[in-house]
Amino acid sequence: MADSPSDVVALTAAQAADAVRARELSASEVFDVYRRRAEADDLNAFLSLAEPASPSTDSDAPLAGVPLAVKDIFCVEGVASTAASRILEGYRPPYTATVVERLAAAGAPMLGKTNMDEFAMGSSNENSPYGAVRNPWNRERVPGGSSGGSAAAVAAGLAPWSIGTDTGGSVRQPAALCGLVGLKPTYGSVSRYGMIAFASSFDQAGPITRDVTDAALLYRHMVGRDPCDSTSLDHREAIALPAGDRLDGVRFGVPPQLAAEGEGIQAGVLEVFERAIERIEELGGSVEEVSLPHAEHGLAAYYVLAPAEASANLARYDGVRYGRRDGDGDLVSLYEQTRENGFGDEVKRRIMLGTYALSSGYYDAYYGRAQRVRTKIAEDFAAAFERVDLIVTPTSPSVAFRLGERTGDPLAMYMSDYCTVPMSLAGIPAISIPGGLSDGLPVGLQLAGPAFSENRLLEAAHAIELGIGFEGVPVGADGRGAGEAADA
Amino acid sequence: MPEPAAERRYEPVIGLEIHVQLSTRTKMFCGCELSFGQEPNSRTCPVCLGHPGVLPVVNAEAVHYGLMIGLALDCRIAPRSLFHRKSYFYPDQAKNYQISQYDVPLARDGRLGDVRVHRAHLEEDAAKLVHAGASGRIHSASGSTVDFNRGGTPLVEIVTEPDLRSAAEAAEWLRLLRATLKRLGVSDVNMEEGSLRCDANVSIRPVGQATLGVKAELKNMNSFRFLQRGIEAEIVRQEELVRGGGEVTQDTLHFDPRTGALTSLRSKEEAHDYRYFPEPDLVPLAPTEPMLERARAALPELPAERAERLERELALSADTARLLAYRGELGDFFEAALAANGGATADGAADARTLASWVTVELVPRLGDREPADSPVTPDALAKLAGMVSSKAVSQSAAKQVLDAMAEQGGDPEQLVAERGLALAGADELGEIVDRAVASNRDAVEQVRSGNGKAIGAIVGAVMRETKGRADGGEVQRMIRERIGF
Repeated sequence: MADSPSDVVALTAAQAADAVRARELSASEVFDVYRRRAEADDLNAFLSLAEPASPSTDSDAPLAGVPLAVKDIFCVEGVASTAASRILEGYRPPYTATVVERLAAAGAPMLGKTNMDEFAMGSSNENSPYGAVRNPWNRERVPGGSSGGSAAAVAAGLAPWSIGTDTGGSVRQPAALCGLVGLKPTYGSVSRYGMIAFASSFDQAGPITRDVTDAALLYRHMVGRDPCDSTSLDHREAIALPAGDRLDGVRFGVPPQLAAEGEGIQAGVLEVFERAIERIEELGGSVEEVSLPHAEHGLAAYYVLAPAEASANLARYDGVRYGRRDGDGDLVSLYEQTRENGFGDEVKRRIMLGTYALSSGYYDAYYGRAQRVRTKIAEDFAAAFERVDLIVTPTSPSVAFRLGERTGDPLAMYMSDYCTVPMSLAGIPAISIPGGLSDGLPVGLQLAGPAFSENRLLEAAHAIELGIGFEGVPVGADGRGAGEAADA
Repeated sequence: MPEPAAERRYEPVIGLEIHVQLSTRTKMFCGCELSFGQEPNSRTCPVCLGHPGVLPVVNAEAVHYGLMIGLALDCRIAPRSLFHRKSYFYPDQAKNYQISQYDVPLARDGRLGDVRVHRAHLEEDAAKLVHAGASGRIHSASGSTVDFNRGGTPLVEIVTEPDLRSAAEAAEWLRLLRATLKRLGVSDVNMEEGSLRCDANVSIRPVGQATLGVKAELKNMNSFRFLQRGIEAEIVRQEELVRGGGEVTQDTLHFDPRTGALTSLRSKEEAHDYRYFPEPDLVPLAPTEPMLERARAALPELPAERAERLERELALSADTARLLAYRGELGDFFEAALAANGGATADGAADARTLASWVTVELVPRLGDREPADSPVTPDALAKLAGMVSSKAVSQSAAKQVLDAMAEQGGDPEQLVAERGLALAGADELGEIVDRAVASNRDAVEQVRSGNGKAIGAIVGAVMRETKGRADGGEVQRMIRERIGF
């Protein structure tokens, strides 16, 4: 038995699951510890919590009852699921997302729903009507977004692991800013059924965890074709738990467009990145330069395509069938007032952008052209993967920025996705792992591989993780981050 | 100098857009069963109610039906067709967009009869709005409710080229399409109930001009009669407009069958921008060879082919062949009767043309609203009756009385003839009756002999009266002529 709650929190999720299966811990003990810690959440990471009574779980199940923080974008039957939008106030879905169901069936009950940027539109979690989330490394700083609540909860030890969604970087960037591991899987490998849609051709659910093993374990139980999602596919191979600590023979490519020559990448971030590259070579990996000539246009293409899809995806929030309803009784005022009051500014901005990009007379110049850029970027990656096994870049151009620092400047905010968006456009898997600290704040290292190369990606990430020896989550028993004083 | 508009001759140019509700078991993109008057909103699920996070999944049977329609219309089937989102805000669309096919439809470039088919594509039906209040229109309703039972029903939209030149042609072609779809078994094709809906694009142009005029789109013509009347009214409206020096403007018109009036729904200025883009929740629809093979194998003989075959092989008139082929149940009845008849050449059998006439001219009016299969008259019985007429066992007029009885309560024609004493008089009996009639109608006999052939009618009439119709008119005439030596 664990001596104290902090012993439980000190375990990674995979270790906790092992301990439960070995009967060194009980599943309810793990649940209770995290349920209490989540209840004491002072980061605004959670929007709602599961009932306090620990759910009955099978201690021999693969995930052994280790509870899961779930981004509020996932529908859970009977549980408020709003994608952090006022327009879905009071909405309780009549069904549960496939991913949540699969993870529950594998033994990971839901701990609570986490805060996020409204409809996953944002990179700082400040676009939540329920308030910003604080970064446990420094409470004056953002945790990243849009899966900011999921990342902050894991980083602060309020949850052993979590799932988020990544459209242009929404798993990887908050993982990077919170010193965690975040995996954006191959598009189609995880069912989107029950995930409230932002941009359907990009959205993928992914794990946010303390280490690479936890990410692999969670991902293993998320994958697989779902008859409810026509774009889903069976993974080409079973997801293995990574074991390697060397990189011998693995060829890494560094695209200068997303590293040294990238727009607005902080010097401190590049320093950590360079050290990580050295570490990769020490571990036996080879590193060469590869070119992704169209990558720099990724952001522009993404901010046409994703809002275009969003403008249609969000059209259903009209006050007619569920959620918020405002208006004076006539149809037009029902639409106008429900949407005026229900959506936040960033969501409205993107609906406007997307509607414009799809309008007659503008479609070719915007949507059509952006699709062509998307194809070019996918071709760039395909060409690069002829030469190298994996591509490595910084995850985010900057470390966690101050709350409010970019809220007045949408373009500066969009720049947060600069290094992550190209992989989203290409639909390929990418993982962010902690590369080190810059001014006491975590810097993420992004690895990307060809479609369905998650095993190779996780294996390499695991070796690099061991090689770097990142100190992990700076959590004390009180749940306060060790890096707390960095800005003080 | 061009002739003045008022004196020019104009020709109408008409194209049709038809929406066909498919009679699959479940909806286009979810597992809900189709609704036939069930409790409102009882056949719904998160998908067809457009809940957050749901995704569409294409109904394989709807694709199969779509392929059958495409093949039956002689179209090219796209190797990869695409679904798009068509955006517009209206409460009849749960998602506020309709999933439809746009630039790459399932099928294109086909033909049915004399009309080219531009395209046929798959989409989902809208929900039904019920507006409270007097007008039944949303603008002045005191409240509206939405019944999503119909929302998501699979539809195939068929668009023709503008190949029709009159309202009557349009109605006739729509009958052929309806018969074809019915034969395929892919839809109930009931215009009143909305499982077959037709819009018409109507324009006029001076005779001889190749370019098309500005068209108006006519909606809501939910019967063949309304379609024809609506198009006729629109042609008149456009001609009057143009002859009066005006111009047709692009418009969508609603036909009111009670008044025959056409009212504008929306003009070009308020035309929707549907913001089509490829549906990212679905993958391209790429029919495999087995799917195409299954669709081809499911194609029955279609009405156009059947009419052609009946005309060619059985020497039926074009009109009769079409009637039998377009009303498939009637054709089935006819062909069953023909088979029971033992073919057209057997002894005691009516030939095919005669049998066809018994079906189309005699049986049809006696059916009322019933389908032939629901009538007590069986194909065997009708074949037998027709054969009895041909072999002169019963007269034509007596046989019609027998058919009246059969249409009421069924029964065997031989037995009915016997019961009612309607068998043709035998040669001896008839000879005596003819002798008597000749003897008692001397005036008429004289008139015939002096060249007034028509006078024979009086003698024939007398024979028919005495036999109560149990004699063949031609045979009676022959016997009379023989006796008076003319």
